[in-house]
Amino acid sequence: MGGHLNINHLMFLGQGALWTIGLSLIALIGGGIVGFAIALARISPLKTVRIASGVYVQLIQGTPLLVILFLGYFGLAAIGLKVSPLVAAGASLTLYVAAYLGEIWRGCIQSVPKPQWEAGEGLALSRTQRMMKVILPQAIRIATPPTVGFMVQIIKNTSLASVVGFVELMRSGQIVNNSLFEPFAIYAIIAVTYFAMCYPLSLFSQRLERRMGRGGSNLAPA
Amino acid sequence: MSLQLDFPAVLERWPSFLAGAALTLELAFFATVLGALLGTVAAVGRGTHNALIAGACKVYVETIRNTPLLVQIFLVYFGLASLGLKYSAFTVAVAALTINVGAYTAEIMRAGFEAIPRGQIEAAEGLALSRLQIYWHIILLPAIEKVYPALTSQFVLLMLASSVCSQISAEELTAVANYIQSDTYRAFETYIIVAVLYVILSLVMRAGFWGLGLLLFPRRRRLGTPL
Repeated sequence: MGGHLNINHLMFLGQGALWTIGLSLIALIGGGIVGFAIALARISPLKTVRIASGVYVQLIQGTPLLVILFLGYFGLAAIGLKVSPLVAAGASLTLYVAAYLGEIWRGCIQSVPKPQWEAGEGLALSRTQRMMKVILPQAIRIATPPTVGFMVQIIKNTSLASVVGFVELMRSGQIVNNSLFEPFAIYAIIAVTYFAMCYPLSLFSQRLERRMGRGGSNLAPA
Repeated sequence: MSLQLDFPAVLERWPSFLAGAALTLELAFFATVLGALLGTVAAVGRGTHNALIAGACKVYVETIRNTPLLVQIFLVYFGLASLGLKYSAFTVAVAALTINVGAYTAEIMRAGFEAIPRGQIEAAEGLALSRLQIYWHIILLPAIEKVYPALTSQFVLLMLASSVCSQISAEELTAVANYIQSDTYRAFETYIIVAVLYVILSLVMRAGFWGLGLLLFPRRRRLGTPL
C-alpha cells in the first residue's frame, strides 16, 4: 500500500485538470474552425459539397468517440504514422467536435428568417456579403447558448483521451489510484472536479437561453 | 515504409465482431428501457410540490449531466466492489448506463411535461377524469409523443456511449476490437471495421425507433405531425 492521499497527489490531479482544460480548448478551437467549414458546406449551393459534408457528419455521429480515438492513436501507428497521445487526442476530438458543432451551427444559420436572405439579395449584396454582414451576425446570437452548452460535452468527452495515455484529469486519477488503491475516494474527487468545471458552464448556457427567450421577439419576424 | 492493409485477416474474426455487436445492442436495450423508466420518474419527481423530492431529483440530474460517463462507470464499478458486492461487468455496465441516460431522459421528459398546455389539464379536470387518468392520458402520453424524436436520438447516443464499458471489461463491440487488434496487430483495419459496425448499428436503431414511432403514435402517422 502506498500510504495516504497527500498534497503531492492533489498537485498531480490539479496538473491533470489543467490538461483537461487545455485539451478542451484545443478541441473547441480546432472543432470550431472545422465545424464552421462543415456548417457552410452543409448549406452550400453545390450539391456534391452538401452531400460530402452530410456523409462526414453522419459517419462521425454514428461512431463512438472512443473508437475514433483508438483509430487515431493505435490505428495510425499500425499503418506507420506514429503520433503522440496529445496529437491523437487533439485531432480525434477536433474531428468529433466539428461534426456536432457543424450541425448545431447549420441549424442556427438556417433559423435566421428567410426574408433576411431575400432582402440582402434585393440590395444586390453578393453571397459572401450576405453571409458575413447579414446572416452570421444574427446567427451568432442564436448559436451562443447551444455552443456554451456543447462546451460541457467537450470537457466531459476529453476524459476519454485517458485511454490513449494522455495524462489529463481522468488519467492522472488512475495513476494516483494505482499507487494508493482507494478508487472510490479518488474517482469521487475526480467527479467533483469535473462537476466544478462543467456546472458553471451549464448554468451560463441556461441563463443565455432564458435571456434569448425573452429578447427573441425583436429578432423573429412578425 | 509501404502501407499494406489486410482487411480479410481481420474480417475472418467476424463471429467475435458479431457477438460484440450483439452485446452492445443488449446493453443499449436494457439501459434504454430502465433509463426511460428512471428518467420519467425523476422528471415527475422534479415537478412535485415536495421540495425534498424535487431537490433530490434536481441534484441527481445535474450531477450526472455534468460529469463524464467514464467517471460514473468507475464509481459504480469500484463503489459496488468496496461495499463488498460482486456483480458481473455486464450488470455494472447496465447499472451505470441506466443511471446516466436516466438523467438525460429526465431533462427531455421535463421539457415534454412543460409543453402540455395548462388548459388541457383543466379541461380534463372539468370532465371529471381522475388524477391518475389525467396523468396518463393528458400529460404522460402526449408528452412522450412530443419529445419522441429527442428521446430516440438520446438512446442512439447511449448505444454509442456504451463503448466506454470496454474499460471495465464488459465484452461489447469496442472491447472485442481491442482484443482483436492486440491479437492481429492490425489496429487500423480493426477499428475501421468497428466504426462501420457502429454506424450500421446506429442506422438500425434509428430505423427501429422510426417504425416503433409509427406503431405507437397513429396520430403522428396520419397527420405527419405530433398533436
